[in-house]
Amino acid sequence: MHDIIILGGGPAGLTAAVYVARKELDALLVSRELGGQPLLTAGIENYMGYQYIEGPELMAKFEEQVARFPIEQKVGEEVVALTRLERGFKVDTDSNGSYEATTVIIATGKRAKQLNVPGEKKLVGRGVSYCAICDGPLFASQKVAIIGGGNSAVGAVDDMVRIAEYVYLISTTELTCDKVLHDRVKDAPNLAIFTGHEVVEVLGDNRVEGIVIRDMATRMEKKFDVGGVFVEIGLIPNSEFARKLVKLNEFDEIVVNCVCETGVPGLFAAGDVTDVPEKQIVIAAGEGAKAALRAHYYLQRLTKD
Amino acid sequence: MSTQTEKIVKVYSTPTCPFCKSVKKFLEENGIKYTELNVAEDVEARRTLVSRGQMGVPVTDINGEWVIGFDKGKLKQKLGL
Repeated sequence: MHDIIILGGGPAGLTAAVYVARKELDALLVSRELGGQPLLTAGIENYMGYQYIEGPELMAKFEEQVARFPIEQKVGEEVVALTRLERGFKVDTDSNGSYEATTVIIATGKRAKQLNVPGEKKLVGRGVSYCAICDGPLFASQKVAIIGGGNSAVGAVDDMVRIAEYVYLISTTELTCDKVLHDRVKDAPNLAIFTGHEVVEVLGDNRVEGIVIRDMATRMEKKFDVGGVFVEIGLIPNSEFARKLVKLNEFDEIVVNCVCETGVPGLFAAGDVTDVPEKQIVIAAGEGAKAALRAHYYLQRLTKD
Repeated sequence: MSTQTEKIVKVYSTPTCPFCKSVKKFLEENGIKYTELNVAEDVEARRTLVSRGQMGVPVTDINGEWVIGFDKGKLKQKLGL
């Protein structure tokens, strides 16, 4: 049995790993990949110490730092179940891994929300994309639809109006993006904005050919020919595996106190998967450190009893 | 007869794609030579991807076999690492 298992290898999990290693705890890090959401971030200007750094580069530095310590890592495995044992917890993964520890830190972060409309799943990578930063240039000179009304969506619009033939921005609500971003795009000649509209279906057999949207007030449907659909409608916490054990808020985030306790003794959570009010790399890293130190404190008290 | 097959590796990428950077870093760390095809500028490369219905990067072509995304497991397997 390990002293601690850290679930998730983003900024929170990797920071927690360094902290537990320096307390010489027997630690295991389990994560699908290392780096987390910052891997999808191009430029970071507000992580201290680096005036401007690209997400993947910053996370490579996090990884290098973790590699300096003797922490066991199972990368490429994703937790599917977390169960409470008499004196700890058991983690089961999608690779049939089964690991036990006295304490666990959940730092599994968030993933992109899907539209959950017909045609979406089938056409992922074939015109449906959740990463405009990655795939945008592939759709140069094509017509594209961007779904969402926040900074990610309007940021994608800003990029795409420069290279696409036409951009349709579809949002169920009024745009919630920063005014600066909205101002940048609103006069683009190849842009049409549809607020108060939802996506009904993504059309196409082997690749995206069109999209059907619906006016939420009148229920009238419109169809556009597009070659790409960028889904930027928000993030959902990777907390499903823990829902039977911990308290979740209305966004399915794990509720924690200011020392990252979940209310279940020995079970801690850190980063974007929790209800910490702000989702930022520097905050996730700080939460990872707090959770690790609290777990260490908990372990120390256990051995004293 | 040589038991080692020369692996010809191409990486289809866009300049701002973070997973593409991860693939390139992975190849470099393992001493694998590759050609980078920037589909933002290289129209032929873009057509190759699109013609096979693949509209996402990164795509790593290893002797004609494609690995979609930054899939360490598949990359290791196809590169014989």
